[in-house]
Amino acid sequence: MNKVITIGMAEIAYSELSQPLRTSGLGSCVGVIIYQEGSNHAGMAHIMLPSASISTKKVHKIGKFADVAIPELTSELVRRGASTYRLKAKIAGGAQMFASSGNEMMRVGERNVVAVKEQLNQLNISLVAEDTGGTNGRTILFDPKTQALTIRTVHLGTKVI
Amino acid sequence: MKEYDFIQPAHLDVLKEIGNIGAGHAATSLSALLGKTIEMSVPEARVIPFQDLPDRMGGSENEIAAIYARIHGDTPGSVYFFSDVSHSESLIQQLTGRPVYGTDRSSLNDYATSAYLETGNIVIGSFLSAFADLTSLTVSRDVPDLSIDMAGAIISHGLSQLLIQSDVAIFIETQMKIDGEKTSRNFGSILLLFDPETFDVLFQSLGVNIDE
Repeated sequence: MNKVITIGMAEIAYSELSQPLRTSGLGSCVGVIIYQEGSNHAGMAHIMLPSASISTKKVHKIGKFADVAIPELTSELVRRGASTYRLKAKIAGGAQMFASSGNEMMRVGERNVVAVKEQLNQLNISLVAEDTGGTNGRTILFDPKTQALTIRTVHLGTKVI
Repeated sequence: MKEYDFIQPAHLDVLKEIGNIGAGHAATSLSALLGKTIEMSVPEARVIPFQDLPDRMGGSENEIAAIYARIHGDTPGSVYFFSDVSHSESLIQQLTGRPVYGTDRSSLNDYATSAYLETGNIVIGSFLSAFADLTSLTVSRDVPDLSIDMAGAIISHGLSQLLIQSDVAIFIETQMKIDGEKTSRNFGSILLLFDPETFDVLFQSLGVNIDE
């Protein structure tokens, strides 16, 4: 069994030798997996916010913003030998953990999902499967061999997309 | 941790003292509610990389019951009252005098949910009013809400504003437990997170210099 690569908040990591990729405790954050079918190329990002343009600070952790993390993830996969036009994506997360936080700024989960899809669309990466929204936290595991994304929640059990 | 180079041990001592007084008030309210003595830990005030926060809550996947409220006013930020699920069950039992069967939000009846939410509300309210008195600052909060889920998922909600400008979090945390109860961990923690732009305001009102 291959050692699992764990991705922390706002981080990006790549699977070299088909090691599964895992990230835990996704709330409003979105876990994005970009991979190439029939190859070992796969990477995962734990994205926390939609866009770096709202920040006045220059340097951030690479996986924090959708509009920085997804282009980075894609170009690194291509640098490693993947073909741009064969890349596909699966995403999970974007929940709203606290229902009363109704105002626009706090609906981060929803805005994250929109931003992630926009980026994938711009890069012509087709979104194969998603499990987004709701009010539950998620832990996800991607197996590059089967390209199955396993999603665990506290209240709703486990599912595979 | 370059972004907060200006934060000196003296600043953190001031924050600890805020935690001490705030949690003292919160413990008094809670003790009145439960009719039991509440012990509290020495508060911690620290500057840490934000991704280390879930570990302080028992790990990213640890199941916790958390009350959250966004803070507005002079020092915007986030405040949580949280406990491990097993401890929240025992707290709810103490409050309601009824046994609790699982803390799945659907299996937790409205009575138990509102008892726990009200406890968090009182704790957060007394903490913040002590904070406002001490600093002479104006703070208000949203209506608190409850979530029972993974610690990582819960903390990311409160981090989202802060992370726009920063990769580190400054927090004050105080743990509370019922006197005489044999729990290895706390039954309730108060966690206060500040948005980065609040420090000038906060330290100025406390008369502590910031040399940047």
